[in-house]
Amino acid sequence: MTDQNNKPESLWPLYEVFLRPRNGLSHKHVGSLHAADDEMALQNARDVYTRRGEAMSIWVVPSKAIIASAPDERDSLIEPSTEERKPYRHPTFYDIPDEVGHM
Amino acid sequence: MSSPDQAAHLKYLLRLADTSLILGHRLSEWSGRAPTLEEDIALSNIGLDLIGQARPLYAHAARLEGQGRSEDDLAFLRDPEEYLNLQIVERPNKDFAVTMARQLAYSTFAELAWSALKASRDPEIAGVAAKAEKECTYHVRHSAEWVIRLGDGTAESHARMQAGLDDVWMYTGEMFEVDDIDRAMIAAGIGFDASALKPRWTEAMREVIAEATLKMPGDGWMSTGGRRGVHTEHLGHLLAQMQVLPRAHPGAAW
Amino acid sequence: MYTQALSTERPAPASAVEDPALLARFQARIDAEERIEPMDWMPKAYRQTLIRQISQHAHSEIIGMQPEGNWLTRAPSLKRKLQLLAKIQDEGGHGLYLYSAAETLGVSREELVGQLLSGKAKYSSIFNYPTLSWADIGAIGWLVDGAAIMNQIPLCRCSYGPYARAMILICKEESFHQRQGYEIMMTLAKGTPKQKAMAQDALNRWWWPSVMMFGPSDKDSVHSDQAMRWKIKRFTNDALRQKFVDATVPQAHYLGLTIPDPDLTYDEASKHWITGPIDWDEFWRVVKGEGPCNKQRLETRRKVHDDGAWVREAAEAFAAKRRKAKRAAAA
Repeated sequence: MTDQNNKPESLWPLYEVFLRPRNGLSHKHVGSLHAADDEMALQNARDVYTRRGEAMSIWVVPSKAIIASAPDERDSLIEPSTEERKPYRHPTFYDIPDEVGHM
Repeated sequence: MSSPDQAAHLKYLLRLADTSLILGHRLSEWSGRAPTLEEDIALSNIGLDLIGQARPLYAHAARLEGQGRSEDDLAFLRDPEEYLNLQIVERPNKDFAVTMARQLAYSTFAELAWSALKASRDPEIAGVAAKAEKECTYHVRHSAEWVIRLGDGTAESHARMQAGLDDVWMYTGEMFEVDDIDRAMIAAGIGFDASALKPRWTEAMREVIAEATLKMPGDGWMSTGGRRGVHTEHLGHLLAQMQVLPRAHPGAAW
Repeated sequence: MYTQALSTERPAPASAVEDPALLARFQARIDAEERIEPMDWMPKAYRQTLIRQISQHAHSEIIGMQPEGNWLTRAPSLKRKLQLLAKIQDEGGHGLYLYSAAETLGVSREELVGQLLSGKAKYSSIFNYPTLSWADIGAIGWLVDGAAIMNQIPLCRCSYGPYARAMILICKEESFHQRQGYEIMMTLAKGTPKQKAMAQDALNRWWWPSVMMFGPSDKDSVHSDQAMRWKIKRFTNDALRQKFVDATVPQAHYLGLTIPDPDLTYDEASKHWITGPIDWDEFWRVVKGEGPCNKQRLETRRKVHDDGAWVREAAEAFAAKRRKAKRAAAA
């Protein structure tokens, strides 16, 4: 950017980083980074996102490999499964007499 | 501090501590200057590991010496000729390829060295070694990946990486030397035999260098003397900068 | 660190360019404290404001590595060396988190870095002051990070999800930064007469720039109203500045140091410390490029960028070779 021959920083692909804080928990998205290859992505994730020992396990995924739902698809993808639409999937839908005890 | 063994022990600790500190200091010079933000953070991590290795060794040396000096006195108030680090670690960073060549050569050695030192009869050394070995495993992985990338990258990076290896090679011989201090420490069950590590080190280097499509430099004349206090011109400048405040304000706390 | 949008151009009002129905729905979501996520509809001006603010914030973290880096190789003890290296490294990490958050808005890091290097983008003007003694490292941690934290904590509740999440991570990590700075000041203030003088001199030079870090006074801040309505911003510049002054003055007293403001008074009625007049001419001079280190900071950043170009090219070429080899092996 400062001159013609100079490659700008981060034409490298974007990766999303997921950490498992400890065994028994799921991996959770923490952020993203740039890397030229998968090995660099994994090492960068370790150096950038676990400086305080935050992870038992690290996943890196090329951002473009993630297939995401669109916000306006919520009506068709998610809405039909909410509690109001399918209340019978939720335990409070059923009346069980107190005498029966906890169920 | 009276017995000859204790004098050797103290020097032995300083050799280990000085080597880690000086390389950590060199890597800290990359802070804010690396080719990418991600790599900036990675180099600082390695630097933090190395300075972190040095601290308990200085503290241990200060106690062993028993003259009331602190870990900081040992780090900040000794002259270049009292510093006992390997020459390879005081070499200037130059470009990223030179830094990576130095890192690969040293870390590959250090991983083997710390692994051997886990069995040290000095529990402080053994403790540092257990931690340091794991750190160095990562340092090797990180620098090896870069040496391969740069070696097998563009024509320019290939040439720079080869120059980096050639630049550092004459300082690798010193890592495998064994002198009277080493022999005393090996006999006492405290030290390790560096000369025995050479074949494994050479093999590991050969593998990475081959994958990087680079040429293994020949073992020609080797510079030596760091562990006896004989250094390259660069250490004096490094220490002049590093030690400026404690020297300008004698007795002050920071 | 610095989070006030600094452009002096007044943006076109959002209502002039957007579909009023979408705009109303968007504002309703904001008012209901819903978070906006990257793929949601958002007004162009909201996106632009965020890109500008987040990238200025990221640039500030990156440029902010330089004044502290100036003392990294001269840190006076092993402990201070480790702390400072870790702190500067955190700042690099925070820059990276923020560039990542900005990238979710459809702008690339290369583009943002390009704006920084060309001098088009702004960053916190505090980093255009030099670090002349070791005490400056203490003063930066105490005052500059202290001011930054005041700014950043409300941003953890910013309406834009990725920015808010980055800020939560940053605030968690920065909790040690201010404390290490204050501890350095404490050690110096209790030290030799020379060290104490060093601490006072650092306070003298960093006090006013820190007070100015909160940005122009509310009456001169062009972006404030809209940013507040969109909950990108939760408190005004002046409110945050007052909070900072109230918290910091007693800390200076504890150190036995003097705040360089002869007009500083405590107002019993409001329970606030009231500062003397702020030199906004200096503020705008430094923002617009006439600070002691503006040129130096950008030159350094450009040199780093240029020096690293061959490494980035090589990594890219290598990755391409490996991909090709993999495809050939699979075929």
